Amino acid sequence: MTQPVSPPRGSTDKVPPMSELPAWRTLAARADVRTLSLLGVLVALIVIGGITKPDEFLDTRNLQLVLTQASVIGVVTVGMTFVITSGGIDLSVGAIVALSSVWATTVATQEYGFAGILFTAVLVGVGCGLVNGLLIAYGGMVPFIATLAMLASARGLALQITDGKTQIVTIDGILKLGERDSYILGIPPLVLVFAVVTIIGWLILNRTTFGRRTVAVGGNAEAARLAGIDVRRQRLYLYLLSGLCCGIAAFLLIILSGSGQNTNGNLYELDAIAAAIIGGTLLSGGRGTITGSVLGVLIFTTITNIFALNNLQSDVQQIAKGAIIVAAVLVQRRTAAHST
Amino acid sequence: MAPEPPLLTMSGITKSFPGVRALDGVDLDVQAGEVHCLLGQNGAGKSTLIKVLAGAHQPDGGTIGWRGEPVTLRSPIAAMRLGIATIYQELDLVEGLSVAENVHLGHEPTAAGFVVRGKAAKASTAQLLRRLGHPEIDPARLVGELSAAQQQIVSMARALSHDVRLIVMDEPSAALDPDEVDNLFRIVGDLTADGVAVVYISHRLEEIRRIGDRVTVLKDGRAVAGGLPAKSTPTREVVALMTGRNVEYVFPERPTRGPSSEPVLRVQGLARAGEFEPLDLELRPGEIVGLAGLVGSGRSEILETIYGARKPTAGQVSVDGRTLRTGSVRAAVRAGLGLAPEERKAQALLMLESVTRNVSVSSMSRFSRGGWIDRGAERGAARAATRELSLRPDNPSVPIRTLSGGNQQKAVLARWLLRGCRVLLLDEPTRGVDVGARAELYAVIRRLADEGLAVLLVSSEVPEVLGLADRVLVLREGRVVHTAPARELDEHRVLDLVMEGSPAS
Repeated sequence: MTQPVSPPRGSTDKVPPMSELPAWRTLAARADVRTLSLLGVLVALIVIGGITKPDEFLDTRNLQLVLTQASVIGVVTVGMTFVITSGGIDLSVGAIVALSSVWATTVATQEYGFAGILFTAVLVGVGCGLVNGLLIAYGGMVPFIATLAMLASARGLALQITDGKTQIVTIDGILKLGERDSYILGIPPLVLVFAVVTIIGWLILNRTTFGRRTVAVGGNAEAARLAGIDVRRQRLYLYLLSGLCCGIAAFLLIILSGSGQNTNGNLYELDAIAAAIIGGTLLSGGRGTITGSVLGVLIFTTITNIFALNNLQSDVQQIAKGAIIVAAVLVQRRTAAHST
Repeated sequence: MAPEPPLLTMSGITKSFPGVRALDGVDLDVQAGEVHCLLGQNGAGKSTLIKVLAGAHQPDGGTIGWRGEPVTLRSPIAAMRLGIATIYQELDLVEGLSVAENVHLGHEPTAAGFVVRGKAAKASTAQLLRRLGHPEIDPARLVGELSAAQQQIVSMARALSHDVRLIVMDEPSAALDPDEVDNLFRIVGDLTADGVAVVYISHRLEEIRRIGDRVTVLKDGRAVAGGLPAKSTPTREVVALMTGRNVEYVFPERPTRGPSSEPVLRVQGLARAGEFEPLDLELRPGEIVGLAGLVGSGRSEILETIYGARKPTAGQVSVDGRTLRTGSVRAAVRAGLGLAPEERKAQALLMLESVTRNVSVSSMSRFSRGGWIDRGAERGAARAATRELSLRPDNPSVPIRTLSGGNQQKAVLARWLLRGCRVLLLDEPTRGVDVGARAELYAVIRRLADEGLAVLLVSSEVPEVLGLADRVLVLREGRVVHTAPARELDEHRVLDLVMEGSPAS
C-alpha cells in the first residue's frame, strides 16, 4: 500500500518561502509590477489633486470623504473580485445594494432598531446571492444571464417597496455612525469596515482552501472538477459571498445617506467590475487580487473627487474612467505576454 | 503515365513543438486524380502534416511545391486559394448557421459587395449536395440539427464550393455507418474522376485497399515508405512499416512475483450507451493493466466513467468491495482513485499556478485547519512528492507552464501520490512527452505499481501498452475484443486486432 507522502516535520523552518530567489526578486514577486504601477497612478492622482486644488483636495475632510465614498463600492468590489476570479460575473450587485438598503429601512424594519437594520440588510444581500448561486451552480445558468435577471427583479422589488420614495432613517445609533463624533482617530467607521472587509477578503483569497478553490475553478473548472473539487458548491458559495458584501455595502450606504432609496447602488456593477479588472483580476478567471481591486476603487474614487473639485462634469469623468480601463487592460496584456 | 509534374510535392518537411519533433523530414507527393492514403499510428505525425498542408501550421523547414511551383502556405486562406481543402476529424462547422451559410462561410455570394445573396447561396449549396448524393439535406436547415454524417457531407460541400484540386480527409469514415461509407467512397471516386486529388487518412486497412491508389506510411515524424501501391502491398509489410521503430523505448522490468490476490478496483458491467459496451475488469495492487485501442475506441470514455467524470448507463465500480456512487468524481477521489487525463492542459493543470499548487490541489484539507492553509506544510509536502518523482526543476514554486510535458505529467502524478491514491488511471500518459523523458516516466509508473498502486493505462501507442502493462485489454469500437497477458502479445497482433477487429484464432 502506498502511504501518502507526509510533509516533513518542521519543513516550515528548513524551507523558507521563496528561498530560491534573491531578496529583490522576492520583493518584486510579492509586490508585483502591476500593483506598484497602480500605486504609482494613485500617487500621481494625489499629486494632480494637490496641485490643481491644493487647499480643498488635501483637506482632511475631503480625504475622509474620498475614503468614505470608496468604502461602499469597495466592499462590493471585494465580493466581485472573488466572483470574477472564479470565472463568473455578478451584474446584480448594484440592484442588491438597492434592495437591501430599502428593505432594511422600511418603517417595519426600523421598529427593530439598529440590529434590525443591520440584520435585514445582510440577510437580503445573502438571500439574493443564494438565488444567484443556486441558479448558476445547480440550475446551469450562465452567470451573466442569472445575475442580469436578478438585477432587473431586485431593482423592481426595491421600487415596489419604496414606491419611489426616500425612506428616512430615524434610528439615532445609525445616524450617529455617520457623524464626525464617531470617527476613530480621524477615520470614519465606514472606512474601518471597508478595511476589515478588505483584510478578511485578502486572507480568504490568499490563505485559505476557499480561496484556492476559487482560483482553481476560475483557472480551469474542468481540471478542478477532475481534481476532486466540488465546483458547483464552490460557485454557490461565491455568489453568496458577493451577496453578503452587497448587504454590508447597503448598510454602509444607509449610514452614509441616513436613508434607503431604490436608486441606490446605480451602476455599481460596472464600477466594481472595472475596479477589479484594472486591479489585475482576470475577467476570464484564475487570477484575482484584492489589493489590486482596492487600489482600483481608490483610483476611481479619487478621480471622481478631483473632477468634482475642478467643476468638471460627470460626462468627462465617465470618459476618463473609460480611458483608464482601456489603458490598464492594454498594460496588463503586455505584461502577461512578457511573463509567458 | 504522362510525365506531368505532381500536383503536390512536400519534401523534407520538419516541424517541432516544445519538447516534441512532430515532423522529422517528411516527403510526400500527390498526383492529380489519385487517392493517396496516409497511414501511421497515433503520434506518427499525420495530423501535423495535414495541418501544414492546410496552412494551419508553418513548417520549420522543407519545401512545398504546387503544380511544379514552390509555394508557401502562410494561412488556411492561402491554402484554400490554391485549391487545397481539408476536412478535419472534428468538423469545423458553425452549428448556429444554416447549411448554405456554412458552405459559403467566408466567400458568400454577394450583391454590391456586401449584401449576401441568400437565394444564390442556397441554390449553389443544393447543387453541391446533389452532387454529393445527399439532396435530402435542406440548405436552409441549421447545421446543429444535422447528424454527424450529414455534417460531414456539409463539410465536404464546403470544400467543393471552392475551386478545389486537393482534398484532405482526416478519418472521414470514423463517424459513418457502412452504407454512408459506401456513399463517401462513391464521392471520392467522382472527385478523382474529375482530376481532384484526395489525401485520405484512415486506420482501416480495408478502406485503403478499396479506394486507395498509393500509400505513404508515417512513423515517428518520418515517411518510412512513400507511394506504395495501395492495393497490392501486403498487410504484413504495411504493419511492419508502421511499427518497426528506430527508437526503442526502455521499459522497466516487470516484477517476478505476481500481484496480490485481492482486487482493489472492480468494474462490473460498466457501460455507456453509444460509447462502450459492458466492461468487466479487476485491478490488483501492484498491477498495471493496459487498454489498447484507437482514437474513438472508447478508451478515454471508459477511464472517465470509472473515475465518475461521466455517468454510466449501466454497471458499477467498487473499490475495496465498496460500491462507488456513479457519476461522482468526488466519491472516486475519496475512495482512492486518481486520474491523469488525456488532455493534460485542459483537464488537469492550473496553468497560471505554481507546481506546488497544482500538486496540492487535491489534498488541501491535509495542510489546512478550519480552511486555513499551512503554506509551509503544503510546500514541504509538494516538494517531497515531486522529489519522489524526480521532477525537474527541483523547485516547486516555479509556474507549472514553464515545465516540459514530461515534468508536467509528473506533477499530475505527484498530485495523486500526495493524496495517497491507490488506483491510478492514466490516459495517454506520454502524450506530448519527448522521447527521452518517456523512459523515465515509464520507470516512475512501474515503481508506483511496485509500491502497491494499481494502474490502469490507456495508450494509443501499442508498444507502450505492451512494454509497460502486465495485462492488456484490446478495444475496438467500444468493445473488448481480446484480453491477454502482455507477454503473449506482440505489436503486429494488437494492431491487427484494433484495425481489423477479427481475432484470428
